[in-house]
Amino acid sequence: MKRTHSQWLLSLVVFMPLIPAAAFASDDGTTQRGLEIAIEADRRDSGFGDSSSSLEMTLRNRHGEETQRQLRNKTLEMKDDGDKAIIIFDTPRDVKGTAFLSFTHKVKSDDQWLYLPALKRVKRIASRNKSGPFMGSEFAYEDISSQEVEKYSYRFIKEEQFDGRDHFVIERDPVDPKSGYKRQLVWLDQQEYRIWKIAYYDRKDTLLKTLVYSDYHQYLNRYWRANIMEMINHQTGKSTRLVWRDYRFKNGFDEREFTRSALKKAR
Amino acid sequence: MIQRYLFAVLLLLPPVLCATEWSSELGIEGRYFFEDPLDPRQHDNNLSLTFESEYYHDWQQGEQRFVFTPYVRLDQHDSERSHFDLRELYWRRTFGDSDLYIGLRKVFWGVTESLHLVDIINQSDLVENLDGEDKLGQPMVSLSHQNEWGQWELFVMPWFRERTFAGVEGRLRTPLIVESDYSQYRSGDEEEHIDSALRWSHVIDDWDLGLSWFHGTDRTPQLQPATINNGNVVLQPYYAQLDQLGLDLQYTYDSWLWKLESVARRHDSGVSPTLKRSSAAVGGIEYTWYGILPAATDVGLVLEYQYDSRDGSDAPSANNDIAIGTRITFNDVQDTTLLALVATDLDHRARFISIEGSRRLGETMSVTLEARLFSNTQPQTLLYPLRDDDYLEIVLTHYF
Repeated sequence: MKRTHSQWLLSLVVFMPLIPAAAFASDDGTTQRGLEIAIEADRRDSGFGDSSSSLEMTLRNRHGEETQRQLRNKTLEMKDDGDKAIIIFDTPRDVKGTAFLSFTHKVKSDDQWLYLPALKRVKRIASRNKSGPFMGSEFAYEDISSQEVEKYSYRFIKEEQFDGRDHFVIERDPVDPKSGYKRQLVWLDQQEYRIWKIAYYDRKDTLLKTLVYSDYHQYLNRYWRANIMEMINHQTGKSTRLVWRDYRFKNGFDEREFTRSALKKAR
Repeated sequence: MIQRYLFAVLLLLPPVLCATEWSSELGIEGRYFFEDPLDPRQHDNNLSLTFESEYYHDWQQGEQRFVFTPYVRLDQHDSERSHFDLRELYWRRTFGDSDLYIGLRKVFWGVTESLHLVDIINQSDLVENLDGEDKLGQPMVSLSHQNEWGQWELFVMPWFRERTFAGVEGRLRTPLIVESDYSQYRSGDEEEHIDSALRWSHVIDDWDLGLSWFHGTDRTPQLQPATINNGNVVLQPYYAQLDQLGLDLQYTYDSWLWKLESVARRHDSGVSPTLKRSSAAVGGIEYTWYGILPAATDVGLVLEYQYDSRDGSDAPSANNDIAIGTRITFNDVQDTTLLALVATDLDHRARFISIEGSRRLGETMSVTLEARLFSNTQPQTLLYPLRDDDYLEIVLTHYF
C-alpha cells in the first residue's frame, strides 16, 4: 500500500471536513481505521475509466411472485468528481426507451435527468429522492448510485471470518441527513477489499435490509464486479435480485456521451 | 419529397447491421361524456383504436440511425379523429460532436407542466387530446452541435403541418366546425413556407436553460367564421406568420424545481397593424415530499401562473390563469401515478380540472384513466363551447 506524497496531500484536502469529527468521535482509532479501509477499497476500484453492462432485476413480493426488469448501464469515471452514468430501460415494455442520466457528486447532491420517449422530453428531476425505491425494487437510489468515500463517516467494528475469507466489518454513517439510513454495516474481504454484505439500518436504527454480493469476477486484472446482488427487506419480506451481465471496460466513452442530448439518442 | 431522398440515401448505404428493432403498441380508448352533447349530431360515448409502431435501425456503431414511427387512430364516430400520421421518419448521421437529421421528427422544448409556450417545432395533433401534447411529425433538416458551451440546434422546415380539429360527430369542439380544407395563410407560399428555428440549451450547475428563436408559420391558427360554397358557416383557420423568441429556465434545488418559460412574439396577420407584438410567460414551482406516505409514496405540489399580454379577441385561454396540481407517485411495482390539476381563469373564474392516473397491468399492458371537467364556464370564455363536454376516459394499451 504505497502512496505518493501528492496522493496523501489529496486525501488530506478531500477529507479535511471529516478530520474534526474524527478527532472528537474517537480516541481509540476506530474512526481512522474505518476511513482507511474505505479509502483503500476506493483506491483499488479507481482508474477503471468506463464500463458498460446489462442488468436483469427480479422483484419478488412476500408471496414469492416475481416480476422482471431489464436495463442497460453505461458509467464514466470522473477524475475529481463522482461518476456519470446513463441507464436505459428495456422492459417492462411500457417504459421501454426511458433513459436516466446522473452526475454523482462527492459532497453536493447528484444531478439527474429523465428522458421520456413518448414526449421526446428530457426532465431535470430533483435528486432528493435518494431514499426512494428504484423502479419499485428494494434498492433505493442511494444504494445503486456511485459510492463515494465522502458520502459517509466510518468506524471500524471488527474482523470476521466466513466462507473461508477474512473480513473487515466497518460501520458507515451517511453524511446526508436525507438518507434513508442511520447506518450501514459493511463486510469487505481483507484480501481484495470487495464488499460481500451490507446491512442497512433505518432511521430508527432497526435492521431494514441486507444486501449480499456473490459471483465476483475480475476485469482488466484488477477490478472486481459481483454478478449477483440480492437485497432482502426484512420489514416487508420483499426481495430484489440483480444479475449483471456483459461487463465491458475501456469502451472509450467520453463526457459527450453523458449529456442531455446524448440521453435523447440513447438506445 | 424528403422521404424519397431519404429512401434513396438509405438504399445506397451498405447494410452494416448493428441494431434493429420493432416495438409496437395497440390501444383501445373509451370515452364517456357525462352530459348530452350541444349538437345532436354528436354522441354520448365513443370508442377508439390506436396503433403505433416504431422501427429503428442503427449502423456504423450508432453513427447512423433510421427511425420509422407510423401512427393510426380509428374512431367510432369522428371521421376527423380517425387519421394516420408519420410521427417520425428520419435518418440521422453523426459527425463527431454534430448530428444531421433529415426527415420527420418530434422535438420538445420547455420545462413547465401546465402550459407549453416555448415548444413550437411540431404542430399539435389536437384531435388526440385537448392538452395538445400529441404532436404531428414535422418534416425538417436539422443540425445539432454539442460543445462545452452547450447544445446548438438549427432547424429548417420546408413543409407546414395543419392543426387537426374534431369533426361534426366529435365532441370537444367549437359549435361551428373548423374546416381545414379552407385554411388560409399569411404567406403566399402557404404550407410550403420555409420555417426556421435556432436553439441553444445548456446546463450550468443547478440551472437548465434554453434560448430559442423561431421564424415561420404560427402553429396556432386564428379561427374566423366564413360562409363556404354550400352556404354553411364554418370556422376557417388562418395561419399568420410569427417570429418568436423563447426562454426556458429551470432551477433545481433540493426538493424544489423552479420553472419559467417566456416568449416574445411578433405576429404578421396581414391586417392593420401589420405587426402585432405580444408576450407570454408561464412559471412556478414543483415541490416534492419523498416517501411521506406508507410504502414510499412521493407527493408533489405543482403551482404555475400563466400570463399572456394579448387581450380582446386575440386572448388565448391561458392569459391570467393559475394552475395548482399534485403529482402522486406510488413507487410500486406497477408504477402507479396520479396527476391532478386545476387551472382557474382569474378574470372569469372559469375552471378546468384534469385528473390522470396510470398503472401497469402485468408485464405488457397498462391502463390510463383520465377525467376532464369544465366548470363555471362563462359565455365570454374560451371554455364555454366545452361546457357540456366533461368526460371520463379509459385507455388500455398492449405493448409488444
